[in-house]
Amino acid sequence: MNKILAVAGVVIRELYRRKDFYVLFILTALMTLLLGGVNFFNDEQIVGYLKEFCLLLIWISALVIAVTTAARQIPAERENRTIFPLLAKPIARWQVLTGKFAGCWLAAGVALVVFYAFFGTVIATRERTFPVADYFQAGWMHWQMLGIVIAMVLLGSIVLSTPAANVTIMFIVALGILFVGRYLNTVAVRMDEPSSSIVYTLYYVIPHLEFFDLRKRLVHDWPLVEWKYIGLATLYAWAYIAVFLLGSFALFRRKALN
Amino acid sequence: MRTALTLILLLTACFSLATYLQPRQASRELLEHGQASALDVLLGDGRRLFANEIFAKADAYFHRGNYPSIFELNARREENHMTAAAAGEEEHYEGDGHDHGDEGHDEHGEHEEHGEHRKGGGHGSEPRDWIEAFGRHLHPSVHLHLRDGEEREMLPWLQLSARLNPRQVEAYAVAAYWLRRSLNKVDEAEQFLREGLRHNPGDPLLLHEMARLEFQNRKNYKRAENLWIAALKRWRETEAGKEEPNEFLLSSILGGLAQLNIEQGELTRAIDYFRQLKEVSPLPEAVQRRIDELTEKLKAGEGR
Repeated sequence: MNKILAVAGVVIRELYRRKDFYVLFILTALMTLLLGGVNFFNDEQIVGYLKEFCLLLIWISALVIAVTTAARQIPAERENRTIFPLLAKPIARWQVLTGKFAGCWLAAGVALVVFYAFFGTVIATRERTFPVADYFQAGWMHWQMLGIVIAMVLLGSIVLSTPAANVTIMFIVALGILFVGRYLNTVAVRMDEPSSSIVYTLYYVIPHLEFFDLRKRLVHDWPLVEWKYIGLATLYAWAYIAVFLLGSFALFRRKALN
Repeated sequence: MRTALTLILLLTACFSLATYLQPRQASRELLEHGQASALDVLLGDGRRLFANEIFAKADAYFHRGNYPSIFELNARREENHMTAAAAGEEEHYEGDGHDHGDEGHDEHGEHEEHGEHRKGGGHGSEPRDWIEAFGRHLHPSVHLHLRDGEEREMLPWLQLSARLNPRQVEAYAVAAYWLRRSLNKVDEAEQFLREGLRHNPGDPLLLHEMARLEFQNRKNYKRAENLWIAALKRWRETEAGKEEPNEFLLSSILGGLAQLNIEQGELTRAIDYFRQLKEVSPLPEAVQRRIDELTEKLKAGEGR
């Protein structure tokens, strides 16, 4: 466990040394504050559009941080040849991968805490409320979604030849699932065979990242989701994380590193 | 041969360049004359497509985010209650001569689980599988409308939609309706309608909405009557010749005029408008009952 945490610690330190997070946070903050200053019909209580826009920026930023951080972990170690001294130590390959995953996931979690704190503060200035439980649910689910994406990207970084290809493909996959994933069954029933069965199979196989998107609930002030469903969604996320990590372990174990 | 080919190549290049430059030049000219925003220049005619989506976004806000996706376009058409309410579908002028607009949208706000769930999956129907069923516990899936001033949340999208496509008169009319009805911002509503009329001079829907504002909020009956008469005239000029004219708008205008004349005690004129309304109304019997009622009152000497 200590070995995994040591690897994870290095990844977290890498996040705050790099400028990606700061740039994305400043951009998000600037754009949100600029938009917050727009006047619509002299009504200062209008806040839905601001929530929606700020959350969209947070989702984009978090996805960029998660994908780019995870995608460069293994290739960078191989390129810099630091993977050899690392594996020369008494640490198994699966521990390296788990450490990398834990580091990326925790780093994404830290970034989310900062983003959601900013979001809550901005909205509190308009609405005069700070619904902690709602923000916790939204942030927690968001973090679980990033866990699946990070595990997927780590697997991609072992399978795909370059980090650029991995980043591009994973962005397309993640955004595709987020936008279309939940409607694949609707699309499938209108198709002829065998396309229908293929799309339906895809619908059941893909991780439904859209489960974890609670933005609409925050924007439109819906009540809290029942905690048992949050728990079930968390288990769903962990199952996919486990599948992707096990796939990564299996491939990385046999991977030639030179 | 080579000369001919070179000439064809040059002509093709000229044509391609013209198709590339012309829209940009037009946009630039508009910007220079102060009639176009940077958004117009940036998006060109594509902004109309965005305007429709943004207008749908306002309707999605009206339904608190529980709204059909682009994969469920039929359901989306059925769900457009924001426009229906603003167009005055709850205003039963024909039935009892009273304006139920206020009560109408409150009713909308209260009803949950709008209708029975259809079978076969998708928006507003029974879930097809466990993934869809589980997703409904996490995403907004109950049919609710904004209420008690929450309608303000739609306004940025309506304003943006109108900015993107100033020809989309519904955006002006719907925004003005909710501004004056739910937020009591009559001045802002009037200003927005005037902006719409500047872009769409003499549009009957905007004139009708302006008349409703004068009648219901400002109680300026004379101005309301003038506006409704202008709306009626413009409707006849623009809609009457169409294959499928907007008869709902015509009946709203005639209903408004009839109601206005009743308020002023001009029962003969009100009956006349009701007779015109009867010809286009989907409920001619109800309109006839109203005519009979007014005729009785007229005989009893209760009005002119």
